[in-house]
Amino acid sequence: MTFVSISNLQVYRGEAHVIHDVSFDVAEHGVTALLGRNGVGKTTTLLATMGLLPASGSITVGGVEVVGKPTHHIARLGVGYVPEDREVFSTLTVGENFRLAERSGSEPRYDLVFDLFPDLKGRLGQSAGTLSGGQQQMLSIGRALLNPASLLLIDEPTKGLAPTVVEDVVQALVTATSDTTVVLVEQNLWVAAHLAKHAVVLDQGMVVYQGDMETLASNPDLAGKYLGVAVR
Amino acid sequence: MPFGIPGLFTGPIQSAGTLQVLAVGLVLAGLAMSYDVIFGYTGLLSFGHALPFALGVYGTNLLMEHLGIQYPLAVVAAVIGNLAVAAILGAVALRTAGVAFAMVTLAFAEAFALLVLTDPFRFLGGEEGLTLASDYVPDIFRGVVNLRYIYWLALLFAVFVFVVAWRLVSSKAGRVFAAIRENEPRVEMLGLRPFQFKLASFVISSGLAALGGSVYLLVVRGANAGTTSAEFTLSILVMVVLGGAGKLWGAALGGLVYGILSLRLSSLANSDAIAGLPQWLSGPLSEPLFILGALFVLLMLFAPGGISSIITRTRSA
Amino acid sequence: MSSFVLLTISALGLAGLYFLLASGLSLIFGLMSVLNLAHGAFFAVGGYAAWFVMDSLDALSPGPRFVVAVLASAAVGAVAGAVVELGLIRKLYGKHTEQILLTIGLGTAAVALMGGWFTFDPRLLAQPAWFGNTTAILGANVPNNRLLILGVAILLFAGLMVFLTRTRHGLIIRAGVENPSMVRALGIDVSRSFTLVFSIGGLLAGVGGALGAVFFNGINPSLGTAQLIFAFIVVVIGGLGSIPGTAVASVLVALTQVYVNNYGATGMGSISVVVLLAAILLIRPQGLLGKVQA
Repeated sequence: MTFVSISNLQVYRGEAHVIHDVSFDVAEHGVTALLGRNGVGKTTTLLATMGLLPASGSITVGGVEVVGKPTHHIARLGVGYVPEDREVFSTLTVGENFRLAERSGSEPRYDLVFDLFPDLKGRLGQSAGTLSGGQQQMLSIGRALLNPASLLLIDEPTKGLAPTVVEDVVQALVTATSDTTVVLVEQNLWVAAHLAKHAVVLDQGMVVYQGDMETLASNPDLAGKYLGVAVR
Repeated sequence: MPFGIPGLFTGPIQSAGTLQVLAVGLVLAGLAMSYDVIFGYTGLLSFGHALPFALGVYGTNLLMEHLGIQYPLAVVAAVIGNLAVAAILGAVALRTAGVAFAMVTLAFAEAFALLVLTDPFRFLGGEEGLTLASDYVPDIFRGVVNLRYIYWLALLFAVFVFVVAWRLVSSKAGRVFAAIRENEPRVEMLGLRPFQFKLASFVISSGLAALGGSVYLLVVRGANAGTTSAEFTLSILVMVVLGGAGKLWGAALGGLVYGILSLRLSSLANSDAIAGLPQWLSGPLSEPLFILGALFVLLMLFAPGGISSIITRTRSA
Repeated sequence: MSSFVLLTISALGLAGLYFLLASGLSLIFGLMSVLNLAHGAFFAVGGYAAWFVMDSLDALSPGPRFVVAVLASAAVGAVAGAVVELGLIRKLYGKHTEQILLTIGLGTAAVALMGGWFTFDPRLLAQPAWFGNTTAILGANVPNNRLLILGVAILLFAGLMVFLTRTRHGLIIRAGVENPSMVRALGIDVSRSFTLVFSIGGLLAGVGGALGAVFFNGINPSLGTAQLIFAFIVVVIGGLGSIPGTAVASVLVALTQVYVNNYGATGMGSISVVVLLAAILLIRPQGLLGKVQA
């Protein structure tokens, strides 16, 4: 079952034509990894889905067209966003970061979030700017999970983190994403292979591979050709 | 053959009053073009462009009056002095960007304005300003009889600024200016240092503005504290946007229109037509600044590209 | 010594006025990236509202009348702010340069409008007798009106901080100042806060105008605009979007200005404020308590 359908997506960032004509589907329930070299348009795709960049073409989430809709509207449709570089509110406390995410009409799932990230529970009064990179990542993910999300857009959650922290984050993500649709942008192929069932590879603003994550990961030629990385 | 544009000018084109208005408009056109180089092309929002202009006005006059230098030499000295001042101030101000840059440049201009008004050393004229040191001005520019030569000078100035500015923005450096306006980080990635280009843009446009000040000194026959004010520096921004930022002919048009409008609006404001209206209307309408301000608001809402965009729009329609 | 105390308290009163003008500017710029050059007009409008109340509400004795006058200036400023945002600023959403230019035109037109209606001559505010009296503090006889201005400014600062730190709207504004896109990504329509912030700014400036009419011995249409340059310097020194920073910077700027004018040469006070601005920007471009711009 397709939950997210992207067709003929075109996105400009300033004068640069970053996404030329991207079309792919995302299966319901499960993680689809969005891969590709640096600068190829992965983050841009997520930003367009979130309405943070103007785009032409079509993106439907659960059958609802989101291109042209304002960001806060898209978020309320049940789309959670974990941006690259975390983007926690550093001048606010951890508790305030969560409270901001609370929504009327929706019971905040603090139990779920603190189960996943017990470390944060004791730091509610701490200024988010003083958290470590890993803790900020947990906050960013937890914030997106506070409300039930039918779609999670996660951008490079392990970027810049120490290997042990990466493992913790991946563990948490495995649990967190078990019953929702996820589009995961990742540069780290090991993380992507560990979490994702499906893979979409972008190159030069277009889709060049759409299929199984496992097939891609276990085939060094394929991986090397599309990603320019050696498979671990 | 004399002809006039009724309503716009009080007399035929060659009449003294009209020449005066045109001369002012031309100086402002040149000033606007110089501002367009930093604002429209390089994207630097400076709120202190009145400073080099005022320094040109005051500097030229003071050099003549206190050092006995003839006008042409005084102009050269004033412009060179301004280039140096702009280099120093620009080096400080360009450490910031955006709003902070706007504020710093405004603060520098305000500092000079306050210096002139408080006049601690008793030679800047304060609120009354300075009268032209006409002893050192060439005969050809002296007296109302020779107003047309001053007009030609203003025209020459405007053309000069246009040529210099045009060559600058069309050059390779000019393309870097535009790149800085569009996407400064990208310029860095190309291995260039934006700071040098921004400073160059700032200094050159200041020099042109200072030259304009020297000419303006002759046109209005004196140095006026109003040229140092924050209102004036903001009106330079208004001129450029009025005409259309990023296009030299647009900026020139804006300067010209603004100059003529602000002079003619005062007589419109004091006219009988306005006085006849009920008090709540005639009050504001007799204030030229109200009309200008309101027009500008409407312009930003409906034609942010300025008059030049309206012209290009109707041409292609 | 007593003249020093007098000077300092007077300077703190001025700091209060700068704070009332600058705090709204800081929030508006921090949240919306709009440089509101019409802010001086809110100040003047508030001043005239206060003058109008003091001039016409004879039924009340001067003391309570002044309270009503201040409330009126707050209300008028708040409404003016909301109207400007909803009617004008919003139409140019996202176009920052056009918004700044619009505020320039608006500010010019508003001041000229008031000049056309009320003339440019300063209008003296009728004041409660108590204002003219003095209170002895540390050996100095401090005019009560200076103390009042300082008191009201401190009260409003406290109120603003409570609003920002303890209400949901305040939370949204604080987060929005840092990262408006992320606030939207959490499902919140930040644009609704824009009107609120403009309204708050107008309210604070309006009260500033009422108090300014007392401090500067009369209200005239250009009063707010004349003080606006100092307010902007305060905003930049304090750090864009930071209210505590604005408060600290207000005190710093006012003290510098007053001390230099008095112990140095008259007129040098404003210039030294400019030097202060340049100095701080050279050392710390983001201002005292501002965040480093990304």
